[in-house]
Amino acid sequence: MLKRLMILMMALVLGGPVLAQSGPLRLTITDGVIEPLPFAVPIFEAENAEAGQVAADISRLVAQDLAGTGLFREIPSSAFISTQASFAQPVAYPDWRAINAQALITGAVFVLGNQITVKFRLYDVFSGAEMGGGLQFVGTVDGWRRMGHKVADAAYSRITGESGYFDSRVVYVAEAGPKDNRQKRLAVMDYDGANLKYLTDSGSIVLAPRFSPSGDRVLYTSFESGFPRINILDVASVGRRQLETAQGEMAFSPRFSKDGSQVIYSLANGGNTDIYRSDLNSGASSRLTEAPSIETAPSFSPDGSQIVFESDRSGSQQLYIMSSGGGEPRRISFGEGRYGTPVWSPRGDLVAFTKQNAGRFHIGVMRTDGSEERLLTASFLDEGPTWSPNGRVLMFIRETQGAGGTSSLYSVDISGRNLKPVPVQGGASDPSWGPLQP
Amino acid sequence: MLMSSQTSRENGKPTMNILTKAALIGLVLTTAACTRPDRFGGAGDGAANGAGAFDPNAAANANLGGANDPKSPLYFNQTIGDRVLFAVDTSTLTEQGKQILVGQSGWLQSNPEYLAIIEGHADEVGTREYNIGLGFRRANAVREFLVSQGIPSDRLRVTSYGKERPIEVCSDESCYSKNRRAVTVISIASLS
Repeated sequence: MLKRLMILMMALVLGGPVLAQSGPLRLTITDGVIEPLPFAVPIFEAENAEAGQVAADISRLVAQDLAGTGLFREIPSSAFISTQASFAQPVAYPDWRAINAQALITGAVFVLGNQITVKFRLYDVFSGAEMGGGLQFVGTVDGWRRMGHKVADAAYSRITGESGYFDSRVVYVAEAGPKDNRQKRLAVMDYDGANLKYLTDSGSIVLAPRFSPSGDRVLYTSFESGFPRINILDVASVGRRQLETAQGEMAFSPRFSKDGSQVIYSLANGGNTDIYRSDLNSGASSRLTEAPSIETAPSFSPDGSQIVFESDRSGSQQLYIMSSGGGEPRRISFGEGRYGTPVWSPRGDLVAFTKQNAGRFHIGVMRTDGSEERLLTASFLDEGPTWSPNGRVLMFIRETQGAGGTSSLYSVDISGRNLKPVPVQGGASDPSWGPLQP
Repeated sequence: MLMSSQTSRENGKPTMNILTKAALIGLVLTTAACTRPDRFGGAGDGAANGAGAFDPNAAANANLGGANDPKSPLYFNQTIGDRVLFAVDTSTLTEQGKQILVGQSGWLQSNPEYLAIIEGHADEVGTREYNIGLGFRRANAVREFLVSQGIPSDRLRVTSYGKERPIEVCSDESCYSKNRRAVTVISIASLS
């Protein structure tokens, strides 16, 4: 079974007080489990009257982001001894130690017109020291959630040594209506479900949007013509055009290369489906697989040198890796059941997939040589994982059974912990997690 | 652009297919504005691409002809049979399926002014991309059979909806077996 181990690395700090937990605050995320790290976020100081509400909102969001990872546990303000009313005020470490807050996040917010300035500091309570310097973010009042996510990302990153994923967006398919008349349209939202925006209307079926690596464009499959075709959509302008594909018109399952200049996808020719690649600048395309079987769901390795995909050439859906120029692939999945929708992790070390076995669907991960397969979920229908920008979390589709079955988004840590629904209004499917925003 | 539509009765519920002559004769359709075979495509998309003047609901039941007229698409749908079913994860035609397709090819030969789009579909048990591939296989199996019966391949086109368009909504084999299908959709657009 999969476990999350959070180990607090406790090294003695020279000259520091020798306490039970003295040492730099550090959360090393490995396999296995200990307790989530307790932290406190007193309400950020409002530096002027206009900042009152947003200071409170931002501090709540920071706490929500961190606690939502499952790696941290928020200490409620009712337990506080100190209130840390002023950002400049020295931290009363004994008061925070007494309630076992290992990390303390303080902040201050100033609002001028529509501009918002957020400052924050992170303290290692048991070492009695600040972690990293103070940071300041400037944004708009309307975009206050991004400020909160940025603070939480910085805190997460300082404590774990890994980049965060809170200031990121997800493009997905918003669904409405019954199973036999389901309306689908593209939508984009923050990773936590906020700031929903529709990108297309529901006049025709749209499937499987995929963010570009920089988050500026989205590839998706449209049935507007009655035949699957790949469209490319500019997120800011919502302008779209059809992707120029190799010969034949029925294309689906696209993904970008890491530099955003190439697209790999499936093309159907009669009953045969193979993988192709097109260059967005030159329009040149090449065929990467030539088998009579179904080859689909291609995904580039982060360095662009390889492609993982699924094929039923063996008689059932399995995962394969080939060079990004094509050529003989090697099979990497050998467990029981069928494997599909492989997605290479942003770190390059893992492939996430959908597995179908004995009447159940699973989201799982394996190393790129096929070893260390771990199933993270199980349900009637789990499908289509997408990686958080830091490669720690997967978001996926969970569909319920029966005539009234609906589709929604879930996320799970790659350890299998912290499985939870993503708060999205209405039905949702086919998530694609975009990058950390600049 | 010439538009046409038809309904077919699937489990008592009318569904709609709207085809265009252009799609059927294989013209390049880069401006999807005029063509909307997506049977649930309602009034949408108008704002996005300038289309939307066409209301598929208003066109329902138009031009299908009478159920007793052997030359009508309605007769094809109801009496000849517009669909064949498949076993799990296969695209092999059953004997029963072949009989229906023999009937379809006879009708198409007697009515050379009609074209057909063959839509492949899958049940919900499977991943989205794979099911699109599987639907293409099923549609192509039907196309190849019809061609073997003498129907010119340029009168036939295939597409696949994967698991996107179930006609039965329960989550057991009684529904799945009806969703694993290839539907031959007759266009009333003439070749002239």
